[in-house]
Amino acid sequence: MGFIIELLIAFFLIVSGIFGVVGSYGMIKLKDPMSRLHAPTKATTLGVGGVLLASICHSVLIEEHLSLHELLITLFLFLTAPITALFIAKWHIHRHEKPSDLPDAGEDELWATHAVEQVEDVPDHSKS
Amino acid sequence: MIYYAILFAFACFGAAIMMCLWRIITADGVGTRVLALDTMVINTIALLILYGLNLGTEVFFESAMIIAMLGFVSTVAYARFMLRGNIIE
Amino acid sequence: MIRLLHRIFPHPHLTLLLTIVWVLLANNMTLNSLVFGLILGIIIPFITQPYWPDRPKLRNWPMVVEYILVVLWDIVVANVTVARVILFKRDADRQPAWICVPLELRTPEAITVLAGTITMTPGTVSSDLSAQGHNLLVHCLDAPDPDAVRDQIKSRYERRLKEIFE
Repeated sequence: MGFIIELLIAFFLIVSGIFGVVGSYGMIKLKDPMSRLHAPTKATTLGVGGVLLASICHSVLIEEHLSLHELLITLFLFLTAPITALFIAKWHIHRHEKPSDLPDAGEDELWATHAVEQVEDVPDHSKS
Repeated sequence: MIYYAILFAFACFGAAIMMCLWRIITADGVGTRVLALDTMVINTIALLILYGLNLGTEVFFESAMIIAMLGFVSTVAYARFMLRGNIIE
Repeated sequence: MIRLLHRIFPHPHLTLLLTIVWVLLANNMTLNSLVFGLILGIIIPFITQPYWPDRPKLRNWPMVVEYILVVLWDIVVANVTVARVILFKRDADRQPAWICVPLELRTPEAITVLAGTITMTPGTVSSDLSAQGHNLLVHCLDAPDPDAVRDQIKSRYERRLKEIFE
């Protein structure tokens, strides 16, 4: 029984390590900035998630006391990772994409980032 | 066996942090740098939890939590600065 | 009686969430931390009540559980797919694409959950909303068939969220 538990924890650790390193390798390999945005979501979900699962399994099954506070970190990362990804994507749209490059926005005609630029005077940092 | 698995995961996340550093050095834009920094923060959280697992203590949980929060706030601040030119209007 | 209970617990879900988070943070399942978590869970929603003018009503609790399980399974599957794309596909063969997903959801909370789900499943990142919030702009890492991705988002996530929130 102890062997199976160790196998389970080792499996989680190895899977998380592989996905963490693949996610960061994607940062180097992928050429266009928008595709690089897909790398941290992988590292967040299975990379950190696997380590946290292994930590929970270790404390519950081997040290035999209930310790679930690692779940809080997973919860926090799942709440915050989409927000940072959205901000960086908006920066990319603001800086590199014209309205004609993006697909048609249906009845609203413009995507929000470009619509804000037309209404307000957003400073242009493209020269810096 | 768990010891060797932890060593393997240490090596993986260490390599991941090195790759992010390489991307920060050679990035072609500010956005990519911020993204690489964000990924580095996430990898650091995993490393801290692994370190706690290796030593068998839980004192690193709090530091991992704080790094997660600081990483989120700093990434949002950077991204907002890039998007609008200032952080608090 | 029910109105009195509603006055004391203006936001029962928030009370439950705060209690659970406090017990997890304290990391011991004793009566001590449970009671203090309950105190926090009663006081904080009571004080912050004016800041939640129209909170969303969750209608379908079994669907919430089903949605979470579906998303977790999709995260695992999509991770493997994206890892294969990153490791074995040459950069020239990859077909990144922008996709416009027309939204049937109207409540801001539902759209937030949908956008977060799309970002957390690797391979797709939600990038922008249209000006009035009727369409969602999604970037795909590798999409030979963009329409299939859009249909999958609509049928797997949006249909369930519509049953949960509206």
